[in-house]
Amino acid sequence: MLGKLSWAAIPFNEPEAMGASLFIIVGFLVLFALVTWKGWWTYLWREWLTSVDHKRIGVMYVLLALVLLLRGFIDAIMMRSQLAIAAGGAQGYLPPDHYDQIFSAHGTIMIFFMAMPFMIGLMNFVVPLQLGVRDVAFPALNAISFWLTASGALLVNISLVVGEFARTGWLAYPPLSELQFSPGVGVDYYLWALQISGIGTLLAGINMVTTILKLRAPGMTYMRMPVFCWTSLASSLLIVAAFPILTATFGMLLLDRYAGMHFFTNDGGGNCMLYVNLIWAWGHPEVYILILPAFGIFSEVIAAFSGKALFGYRSMVMATMAICVLSFMVWLHHFFTMGAGADVNAVFGIMSMIIAIPTGVKMFNWLFTLYRGRIRYEPPVLWAIGFMVTFVIGGLTGVLLAVPPADFVLHNSLFLVAHFHNVIIGGVLFGAMAGYNYWFPKAFGFTLEPRLGAVSFWCWLVGFYLAFIPLYMLGLLGMTRRMQHYADLSWQPYLIVAEGGALVILCGILATVAQLVVSIRTREQRRDLSGDPWNARTLEWATASPPPAYNFAVLPQVESLDAFWAMKQRGPMPPVESYPAIEMPRRSPNGFVTAFFAVVTGFAMIWHIWWMAILGLACAVVTLLVFGWTERLEDEVSGEQLAADARARARPLEPA
Amino acid sequence: MSAHAGTAGLAGSIPASEAEGTGSGDGPAPVRIVVAYGFWIFLLSDIIMFSALFAAYAVLSGQTAGGPGARELFDLHHVAIETLCLLFSSYTCGLGTLALEQRRLRGFYLCFALTFVLGASFLGLEISEFAGLVARGAGPSRSAFLSAFFSLVGLHGVHVSAGLLWMTFMVAQTAAKGPRPFVRRRLLCFSLFWHALDIIWVGLLTLVYLMGAR
Amino acid sequence: MIARNRRVLAILATLPAACLLASCRQGGILDPQGPVSGAERLILINATAIMLVVVLPVIVLTLAFAWWYRAGNRRAAYAPDWSYSGHVELVVWSIPAMVVILLGAVAWIGSHQLDPARPLRAPLTGPLTGPLTGDSPPLRVEVVSMDWKWLFIYPEQQVASVNQLVVPAGTPVEFVLTSATVMDAFFVPQLGGQIYTMPGMATRLNLLADRPGDYPGLSSNFSGAGFSDMRFMLHAVPPAEFEQWLGRTRGAAPTLDAAAYAHLAAGGSDNSLRTYGAVDPKLFENIVQQTMPVAAAPGNDH
Repeated sequence: MLGKLSWAAIPFNEPEAMGASLFIIVGFLVLFALVTWKGWWTYLWREWLTSVDHKRIGVMYVLLALVLLLRGFIDAIMMRSQLAIAAGGAQGYLPPDHYDQIFSAHGTIMIFFMAMPFMIGLMNFVVPLQLGVRDVAFPALNAISFWLTASGALLVNISLVVGEFARTGWLAYPPLSELQFSPGVGVDYYLWALQISGIGTLLAGINMVTTILKLRAPGMTYMRMPVFCWTSLASSLLIVAAFPILTATFGMLLLDRYAGMHFFTNDGGGNCMLYVNLIWAWGHPEVYILILPAFGIFSEVIAAFSGKALFGYRSMVMATMAICVLSFMVWLHHFFTMGAGADVNAVFGIMSMIIAIPTGVKMFNWLFTLYRGRIRYEPPVLWAIGFMVTFVIGGLTGVLLAVPPADFVLHNSLFLVAHFHNVIIGGVLFGAMAGYNYWFPKAFGFTLEPRLGAVSFWCWLVGFYLAFIPLYMLGLLGMTRRMQHYADLSWQPYLIVAEGGALVILCGILATVAQLVVSIRTREQRRDLSGDPWNARTLEWATASPPPAYNFAVLPQVESLDAFWAMKQRGPMPPVESYPAIEMPRRSPNGFVTAFFAVVTGFAMIWHIWWMAILGLACAVVTLLVFGWTERLEDEVSGEQLAADARARARPLEPA
Repeated sequence: MSAHAGTAGLAGSIPASEAEGTGSGDGPAPVRIVVAYGFWIFLLSDIIMFSALFAAYAVLSGQTAGGPGARELFDLHHVAIETLCLLFSSYTCGLGTLALEQRRLRGFYLCFALTFVLGASFLGLEISEFAGLVARGAGPSRSAFLSAFFSLVGLHGVHVSAGLLWMTFMVAQTAAKGPRPFVRRRLLCFSLFWHALDIIWVGLLTLVYLMGAR
Repeated sequence: MIARNRRVLAILATLPAACLLASCRQGGILDPQGPVSGAERLILINATAIMLVVVLPVIVLTLAFAWWYRAGNRRAAYAPDWSYSGHVELVVWSIPAMVVILLGAVAWIGSHQLDPARPLRAPLTGPLTGPLTGDSPPLRVEVVSMDWKWLFIYPEQQVASVNQLVVPAGTPVEFVLTSATVMDAFFVPQLGGQIYTMPGMATRLNLLADRPGDYPGLSSNFSGAGFSDMRFMLHAVPPAEFEQWLGRTRGAAPTLDAAAYAHLAAGGSDNSLRTYGAVDPKLFENIVQQTMPVAAAPGNDH
């Protein structure tokens, strides 16, 4: 009746897993109790859970990312502390089967449920505002995308309580991930969670590409779009082109595991090298999907806080699109050691280096934006400067790894681990934090407290170097990745320093949480009444903070790059006589309900509860059909309402 | 705020009264263009998913694990009839779409009924081909070649099934609501989908069946 | 505040250099004991040095601009509308391009000279590697990675050993590698690069130890619960001592036949050292063809 599911799936006999499970369950219960006690359910349902507003959806994505950052980081601290003590003959406190799940979960969560939602959330919030339009191309689809991503995150966390997670690393190479060597449900949790969230991500990519290419304010030609929109376009094109490969590849692995097929199995003619190629054909574009929006954020932040136009706009655009195209031509550098031969290795190595050219151009352009600017040190620009210094080191080690003979000795070592954390933390995470601090006032109407923001930055920066420079050293000493214990005692001091670094990063995370709490408590002191707290250059700052649901009462007429800056130079326009009524899409429960059935279906497939899986899938399809039967309902925002909103905004200093 | 069914449909809230453009500097494009464009992007992503499976098939097509290979298994006559069914169904789909644009509703229903029958025939023939292979011990778990074959061709069949379901839904919706703009937009998307399945089938026919049976 | 923080950063920046120097003495990649690893280390250092020529000035300039152009510094020039310069564009595209051309050449030449499958018979001359000294006929070793141990078969000498690899110093060793279970990677950091081992196929690697010594080896591709223990030792010994080892090992029990192999394969995580005095000549080929029993023990939870 319940497939493979039984009480044995709950880890009653494993104290850490039980502790973590209880923590999650109690956390959810406390949250539900709080919301119920305060009577917030109606508000939450109407304003957030069924919202199709890109701004609300963007905020929810970022919130999801921040929560999963905590979960992924706890995994990291556990890994670091295990390695700090498991030297010589010591076995540490995490037996291999736990440790292997923890590092697999750490990678999966950080990439798919922290970095991706953070970037997609910021893109969602900002891009329509920067383009001067009212929403993305397909708002209801946008909601579905978010809720499917959240479903995947939920399934991964359910694996902590019921069952186990994959023990294969974050990419689940076969043959290890095939049934023969991973007979448990862990790999199935991994595959279904990522298939479901992958659909959400693909739909988000399609949405964003269509929005950027087909929905812009009048007068905004391609070369007048903000750079963040260009990088979002490139990232979204990569999502559209790469995620189907992931879906197909995971689909093949699922068919191997569920239907006894032989794509990657050891027997029947399967080929594990095929998986490695396909998964990295997705995997390399994936890392550019993550970093390109971060590059865009830095372009916006550096220009705004230098009080200068971004240097070299055209070449920034060309470099962005070059990176977009080139990122599909380098995937083999992730497995130079698989034995493809000198010609193939050399070609891919050279292609990988060629990608460093547009990246280097961007770095120089940011440098020359700072040059002869007047830099105001708010938290966003701290993150940007920290990025510029840190990312070039990561880039250096990356180009080093792109030389095949160097990679032969460094592949899969802690040097590699340090490299990719260098570029992901130094690039993606720093960008996410910069964007979070930069756009927070636009989303919520008050700035974040800057001193705690600076504390968070410095803790992250110092902590990062303390945690990862030792790993570069260890890679050179011959320590490989994913080890649960090690024999060489001389490695232990490095790992202890690395743990210290992780603890400093923990302080940075706590500082960010504290910053949020303190900022909310003292928000009246930092209320943003002008809509433009940073004296910035792009159109999102032309709206109120937070913007009304419709963003712009009248779509702005754009005549140049940095449209808002031009508007400020031009001076105030004559007041609008009357506003034509506009229509905004009405909220819809479709996304939330579809995602609920997706979770049911995924869970059922994992545990082989076939009747539940079929029922869940059928309900999801029915939901979509019911949703599709009616035309989208819309609400009209009358001209009088628009005029009233405009008048209210023009009186910012009057008491509320 | 008053609520009513607007004209914007899936594509958000830019009413036609604001700037009508193609999206390159003239303001947001009209809904019909936005919807079709987004659907095209989706179709491209779908084609990429198929190409990953084509790549897998290319790598694994020789891995028969001592079992039967393409030459022994493929019945080209059967495949020819399937192909004719599918290609003709595209033709009737096109006729049906034209009929709706010209508000010839009887023609619309007739053409789509034919499209459904031809599509269902294609599917039926394909299922019988698969069943025959399984009965001969050449099911998808026999070898990597067969896994790749069943998955690639099967994925196309799944798309055709989804298309049949969508088609039924669209015809029902047209009958219930009439040829309103949002219905016609979705029908446009459907016909794009149906024709794209044809193109993928031509690729399958060539690379899998014709080249395999040589 | 910025000045104090820059000083802190400068101190932190010297730590890596100190660590790097310290690590040179402790084995690993920066302590090569053979021509392959020597060449690979040379490439590592050269490529890093080439890139530092660009990266260090960029870091210094970033910090310098961030400091000098802060809003409080009224002595700094302010050019709010300067956002394009053809000369600067030319330079910023050229510098990375030139570095990449140089490194691309290093990558092309290095990939070919240090291709793992390339035999080490001919001297490897050229700017990237020193001349190869080994002229002796190569030793062939067949490697099987199992869960979780290493099996080394000497096909010409008809002996086998588990978790220890004895080779004569100064002799090129030709490895043919496969896996009995999942993907692993054979890696002896002090002698050269790693190569994946995969079931159903054979990969190739060529290494040479310049002088006698004990060089730790490991698997560098995660393969499950016993992965951390999957270590072995490569003993490079003088040729005479190698012959003695062969003499002691050959003919002594046990024999590595199908039954012994099945027993070995089912053993799970195994750090023991053992040798086999005779080897079924078709064994390795059968392992590659996957006609030998599956090596994962029943109930063996990866």
